[in-house]
Amino acid sequence: MNWIRRTCVELAGLFVEDGSFAIAIVLWILAAIFLMPEFLPARWRGPAFFAGVIGILIENVLRTARRIPKP
Amino acid sequence: MNWTHSASAILAAFLASLVEFVEALTIVLAVGITRGWRSAILGALAGVILLGFLVAALGPSLAAIPLNTLQLVIGILLLLFGTRWLRKAILRAAGVLALHDEEKIFTSQVRSLAPASNIRTRALDPVAFIASLKAVFIEGVEVVFVVIAVGATGGLLLPATAGALAAGLLIVTLGVLLHKPLTRVPENTLKLSVGILLSAFGVFWIGEGLGYDWIGQDWIGQDWIGQDWTVVGLIFGFLIVALAAIRVANSRSARALVWR
Repeated sequence: MNWIRRTCVELAGLFVEDGSFAIAIVLWILAAIFLMPEFLPARWRGPAFFAGVIGILIENVLRTARRIPKP
Repeated sequence: MNWTHSASAILAAFLASLVEFVEALTIVLAVGITRGWRSAILGALAGVILLGFLVAALGPSLAAIPLNTLQLVIGILLLLFGTRWLRKAILRAAGVLALHDEEKIFTSQVRSLAPASNIRTRALDPVAFIASLKAVFIEGVEVVFVVIAVGATGGLLLPATAGALAAGLLIVTLGVLLHKPLTRVPENTLKLSVGILLSAFGVFWIGEGLGYDWIGQDWIGQDWIGQDWTVVGLIFGFLIVALAAIRVANSRSARALVWR
């Protein structure tokens, strides 16, 4: 049974490695679903969503680079 | 089906599968060398059969899901999966994280799997069987996920499957011929490329699922050309950002090291 649990953890690990990064992406997707239609015209929602993903990625990469010394 | 989507689906499935098959091959080889080939190969075959059941169970159910919901769900999973690979590949390319080392993984697997005695019986070795099955199943699930994710929403399951099968055939052939882990595969470059492709597909399918009007569609006027250029634009966007992030992370990491 233990190996099934470990397999499930490894499967979840396919999508989540850095918890704060995954949470930020999920929150941004929720904002795209629920908030963007209220505040942005249809043609700008795609570029805005893309820009948000890029912003989250860069912020996380730079924060991690500052935190972890080179191996 | 259009050419950019087909080519991107084949490429994404081929490259992602290549990485996963190399990782599975390393473990199966380590199991085979230390505990015997019979159990290693039977475990790998059991992993493939288990994956077949998973695909048979999940495949038909995809058709029952409304297209917009399917696009959104697959887009979300692709984005999480793709950006996870992209983030890690950027950090590895910048020297912040250590590179994935198949030789080291192979050596550590060989050490951990080495039997107490050198006697190899003809009976099935449960440790070898499970280790081999688990490696093939876990890496195979990633391959199946990528194939479904890049293929299911755009009617591109066949090109994506062909890409994955080609990668599998290539790696299995090389594994049989070489009998050692494939250490010269530029794994981080592959992961960076796949991360870019999958992240671009993820953003695109989320947008499609939410009914976004992509800017290119307005400019060009024809829907299918617009969609093609949107995917190409997103791929280039992620590529440029990834290359810039590698440079900046590299200098930031170096600065952090000096300050410590």
